[in-house]
Amino acid sequence: MIHKFDVVIVGAGGAGLRAAVEIPKGSSCAVISKVFPTRSHTGTAQGGVCAALSNEEEDSWLDHAFDTVKGSDYLGDQDAIEIMCQDAPRAIIELEHMGMPFSRTKEGKIAQRKFGGHTKLENPKDPNSKRIPVNRACYSADRTGHVMLQTLYENCIKNNVKFYSEYFLTDLIIEDGICKGLTAIDMATSEIHTFQAKAIMFATGGYGRAFRITSNAHVGTGDGCSLVYNAGLPLEDMEFYQFHPTGLWRLGILVSEAARGEGGILRNNNNEPFMEVYAPTVKDLAPRDMVSRAIISEIRAGRGILGSDGTYYINLDLTHLGKKVIDEKIPEITGFARTYLGVEPTKESVPIQPTAHYAMGGIPTNYDTEVFADSNGTKVQGFYAAGECACVSVHGANRLGTNSLLDIVVFGRRGGKKISQFLETAEYHDFKTDPAEKTRALMSGLLAKNGNEKISEIRKDLQQSMMDKCGIFRNEKDLAENKELIKQYKERYQNIGLQDKSKVFNTDLIEAIELGNLLNIAGSINECALNRQESRGAHTREDFPKRDDSNWMKHSFITKNDSGDPKISYKTVIKTRFEPMERKY
Amino acid sequence: MQVTFRILRFNPEVDKEPHFEDYRFEGHENMTVLDCLHKIKWEHDGSLAFRRSCAHGVCGSDGLRINGRNHLACSTLLKDINTKKPVVIEPLPAMPIIKDLILDMTDFYEKYKAVKPYLINNTPVTEDSERLQSNADAEKLFESAKCILCACCTTSCPSTWTNNNYIGPAALLKAYRFVFDTRDEAADERLDIIDTPDGIWRCHTVFNCIEACPKEINITWHISQLKKELSTREL
Repeated sequence: MIHKFDVVIVGAGGAGLRAAVEIPKGSSCAVISKVFPTRSHTGTAQGGVCAALSNEEEDSWLDHAFDTVKGSDYLGDQDAIEIMCQDAPRAIIELEHMGMPFSRTKEGKIAQRKFGGHTKLENPKDPNSKRIPVNRACYSADRTGHVMLQTLYENCIKNNVKFYSEYFLTDLIIEDGICKGLTAIDMATSEIHTFQAKAIMFATGGYGRAFRITSNAHVGTGDGCSLVYNAGLPLEDMEFYQFHPTGLWRLGILVSEAARGEGGILRNNNNEPFMEVYAPTVKDLAPRDMVSRAIISEIRAGRGILGSDGTYYINLDLTHLGKKVIDEKIPEITGFARTYLGVEPTKESVPIQPTAHYAMGGIPTNYDTEVFADSNGTKVQGFYAAGECACVSVHGANRLGTNSLLDIVVFGRRGGKKISQFLETAEYHDFKTDPAEKTRALMSGLLAKNGNEKISEIRKDLQQSMMDKCGIFRNEKDLAENKELIKQYKERYQNIGLQDKSKVFNTDLIEAIELGNLLNIAGSINECALNRQESRGAHTREDFPKRDDSNWMKHSFITKNDSGDPKISYKTVIKTRFEPMERKY
Repeated sequence: MQVTFRILRFNPEVDKEPHFEDYRFEGHENMTVLDCLHKIKWEHDGSLAFRRSCAHGVCGSDGLRINGRNHLACSTLLKDINTKKPVVIEPLPAMPIIKDLILDMTDFYEKYKAVKPYLINNTPVTEDSERLQSNADAEKLFESAKCILCACCTTSCPSTWTNNNYIGPAALLKAYRFVFDTRDEAADERLDIIDTPDGIWRCHTVFNCIEACPKEINITWHISQLKKELSTREL
């Protein structure tokens, strides 16, 4: 079946929905998603979305921008960061106007709380005074992402946005540098649908499922990024993958930074609040990369707590917060601890470990979400990307908590606006070849597979080796081994067997395609990690422990050459007003 | 421990009727029902179809009937259910089955849309400031805003079972979410929509929805507030 829309947005999380709201009524727009929109992963974000609203205390967008640049370990593009932080108060107020329910201050304004890496000068008149945590994260208890996603979906209903739910993206059609359309499978019937469009936006989310312990939903398999890479386009800064410090032990389920924002403390096996050693000023509210490294360092130094299965964890102590704060401010996450670990957070510490959480890297775009075809700034006509799948880059080498929810609403809207402008003169482009052919071949190829390799086994092995060799601490030996392993997984993938041969909701087939995407993504993460010989943000090389600004203050662009091998080129980091300095907290 | 799952299977391409199949596997008490379904799918039978995404009770994809009770597969642990007998896994009742545990939820979503599930406020606002709302008024919405649209409540309701036109507790909860939002101006419009024989008055306060809700929302209380509003509003 062939559809024609002015705009097709892939992904119904925050970025995709916010973009859809922005498309003018006179233009036709479809949103396709592999899950029903409110099942998207934005809904699991907990703690907040930040903006210098100054509702709780004096704050400024410049402080927010400074923190974001410093948090990014100076790899973030400062022009884009300035745009995002300056636009943040407007974006949050707009969400409130759309109906998003927020927790409120005494005056009835949007309430704000502290979050890791968000600071201001203790004495605003003295630029040399120390930086202390600031209440910048706007929140709705600990369900901020959930109510944001609901609100955006509600506004899409209000605007009569057309949805294709449970359609799985299989091909992106780019010919002569022009993005012409895409194909997707209707999961309920296995029918192939071709969407011809003047503009396409990918808002396809992240790929946490490349790692064994992750906070990400099962659907986080990097489908959009993988297709972009296969289309011969670059992916940017793939080596920068964030581990959130506090995932529930063994499970990886997210325990928001809000727990520490409200006063929670990390403790080792001697009950010591060890973050004092690693970040003397902000302690437990240090950025995520630092806290995750601190946790692993404590465990490596023998100060972890031995769990029943022989693995180690660290304690997150919330007991001193009292029942009222726990029940009112962080009810959801403490509920997770009760349900999944049988721990009562008002009385005992919550066992945690770092969990694969967020991709700073992804599809390279400018701050209007236009996708780059190379590291020289050539654009792909009609192709846009926003949200976690995109790399603007506002998060650089490490994202600050609450900046992801901000990113999706700011750049989702900017993308929608840019596309609307583009539509004024844009045209449909005819396909040179049958657009469904590749998808037909993909499906029939996979359905014919009767090998003895199990999809789940290859995926498990991949996730484990990414965790062990390409996780928080990395080195050349491990990464080289992992490269070899990924090659072996790709060979094994050729020999998988599908048990389900049916057409109706063939989730076996979908998981097979997703595994192909994960293998692709994992390969590019590992390749970029092996290539970058320094430590910056979330990328920590034990064999190159220092940040190296003279050689590595640049973005990596990885592309696939004609023979399928990866090739890395570079793009300069854009600097405006913030000079790089040592990152201390 | 050895566990048996008795799962309702239906493949429309070959089956005339749904039927049960048993799967025996080694489990442990901290496994969720979703973990078990994955184990079966990934190790025994790749053709088993079910929806899931976040796996920790936030996305609302995996509402199922587990030993006769509606709940999320990902928030039900084996230690919480009787595993001495085969654990009976069925799709939620009262909706058409597409395949195995996957239902056609179109009707459920249409009823949600019917209550105008979005803020309606035509009073002009200034771009640089939020509408004020007291924290107490905001908190009146929080419990209803927790809803994840899993359909556990609506499909647990005897009124739904006997009359498929009933709008159902999930849609009514969504109506509450906006009717009681101090920022909304369309309470009357929504109250009119639910003030019908197949609307709110088909709720007979059976409380099944409360028991079924995985987010522990007191849905019946919210519906009662709407009833109160309807019975006191000026005609």
